[in-house]
Amino acid sequence: MLHPSPHQYEHHEPVVELQSVTCGYGGVAVVEHADLKIARGDFVGLLGPSGSGKTTLLKSILGAADVYEGDVLVNGRSIKDKRPTIGYVPQLETIDWEFPVTVEQVVMMGLIRKNRFFPWFRQEERDHAYSIMERLGIAEFGKRHIRQLSGGQQQRAFLARALVSDPSLLLLDEPTSGVDIKTRDEVMHLLDELNHQDITILLTTHEINAVAAHLPWVVCMNGRIVAEGPPSDVFTPEVLKETYNAEIHITEYQGMKLVAESPHYFGRNDRQNHEHETVAGD
Amino acid sequence: MFDPLQYEFFVRGLIVATLVGALCGLIGVYIVLRRMAYIGHGLSHAVFGGAVVSYVIDLNFFIGASVWGFLSAMLINLTTRKRSIGADAAIGIITTASFALGIALISRTKTATRSFDAALFGNILGVEQSDMYAIAAVTLATFATVIIGYKYLLFTTFEPDVAGFYGVPTGWIDALFALILAATIVVSIQVLGVTMIASAIVIPPVVARLLTNDFGKMMGLSVLIGAFCGLGGIYLSYFVNAASGATVVLFSAALFVVALAYNTARDRIAVMRGKARLHAGSVIAADDSHIGD
Repeated sequence: MLHPSPHQYEHHEPVVELQSVTCGYGGVAVVEHADLKIARGDFVGLLGPSGSGKTTLLKSILGAADVYEGDVLVNGRSIKDKRPTIGYVPQLETIDWEFPVTVEQVVMMGLIRKNRFFPWFRQEERDHAYSIMERLGIAEFGKRHIRQLSGGQQQRAFLARALVSDPSLLLLDEPTSGVDIKTRDEVMHLLDELNHQDITILLTTHEINAVAAHLPWVVCMNGRIVAEGPPSDVFTPEVLKETYNAEIHITEYQGMKLVAESPHYFGRNDRQNHEHETVAGD
Repeated sequence: MFDPLQYEFFVRGLIVATLVGALCGLIGVYIVLRRMAYIGHGLSHAVFGGAVVSYVIDLNFFIGASVWGFLSAMLINLTTRKRSIGADAAIGIITTASFALGIALISRTKTATRSFDAALFGNILGVEQSDMYAIAAVTLATFATVIIGYKYLLFTTFEPDVAGFYGVPTGWIDALFALILAATIVVSIQVLGVTMIASAIVIPPVVARLLTNDFGKMMGLSVLIGAFCGLGGIYLSYFVNAASGATVVLFSAALFVVALAYNTARDRIAVMRGKARLHAGSVIAADDSHIGD
């Protein structure tokens, strides 16, 4: 699906560094003692079950989660000292699609830090926004209401908003959640292209086969970082069991490790399961 | 037709109703899009409590009620942030308690009852010159604030959480909005009354939303519709000899019905045209399919 070889990095200084971070909300720790380094040009997927702390980890980098222990550094500076310029793309499912905004208005929101005290956006800012929209193939939809776009175009609009402030780091919260297969492919190819333009990408995903297996680097989480590395190394029954608290079958297809999803398990009793199925790697 | 214009108090009432309509129409856009329509209704009740307290402790009405309204709005915001309590419940608790405090104080100071009738039901024709200046000042300040903070208010209303990630000081924006909302309600109470204010805040933006998909246009339309409803409602009240606040509300509600009918008809026509195009396309395709036969 994606570029067969990962982006070849020329820079190795960490863009994001989590130093034994324990973070959460309202005094409750969701992620504990997370150590993670993301270098410039990386394309990383955070993987784990619901409630495993993927989004909380993203929010700790954005400065939106409470950090109880450790420190989060972006471009070498603690986020406590300075809020970094990061492109953030929320889950499309959280967007109010009835809100009366056009694509252009959404994209321009990304420039809000520029000209803080001027009520409107300047023509050069508008031109810059349109150049990004052009790059993502949505310039012609600038005046359309956001609901009038297809799923892929909607994702591009929110990506354009994230990119318009020229960030070197892009965070995406489940960018392929709730979209069809074609849109998912479209979005992942686009992200791959952006990664090859030297943008560091960190995304969360639930989709092991369709998304995570194609990324150069994945981080498995379950309240802490269970394992990280290339999918071929990380996708083992042991790591996935620790991540998902369930037996997960692994299979190989064209040299790529994939998870064998087993919907036929439903409705059977445990005895039958044990009789007929074995876990790969046993 | 122009009979009522010979009375100075009526002309003053018209000007004030137009300003209040425009003001509520402007603020209402943010209220409706934040899905907090109930806050207008609730906050006006809270402000009533503040008005009574101001009277009891002999404080200027505008200052006392504005501070009370602002604190109530901030308290609602803070309570809403506790995930276990929804905005509607927070509004219900805080504003009803504040209103109840006002009623309790009135029942202890029975002489105050009459002067608070206007605050409850509105008395636009009893508006004094000083009220008009206060309304004009709040209208100007609110329009200036909304224009200067346009992009911040838009982002905060659209995606409050994400706006913070992009560097919008959402806490300050919410506080500023609570302040202008409280001020709007305080100056509008005299005109429309506690019981009628919600419609002036909710109906114009809802009508505007039915007519456009663009945020900027929605704001402009909502202001115009609010001003038109204030003006038209008061003018009509002279001829139908009904309470001014109630006539403004009924006039606005009638406009909403017209807009809803227009919107529904427009959607149906669009669907019919779409079907007709599809049908024409399939006929052409069917005709084309015979070309190679």
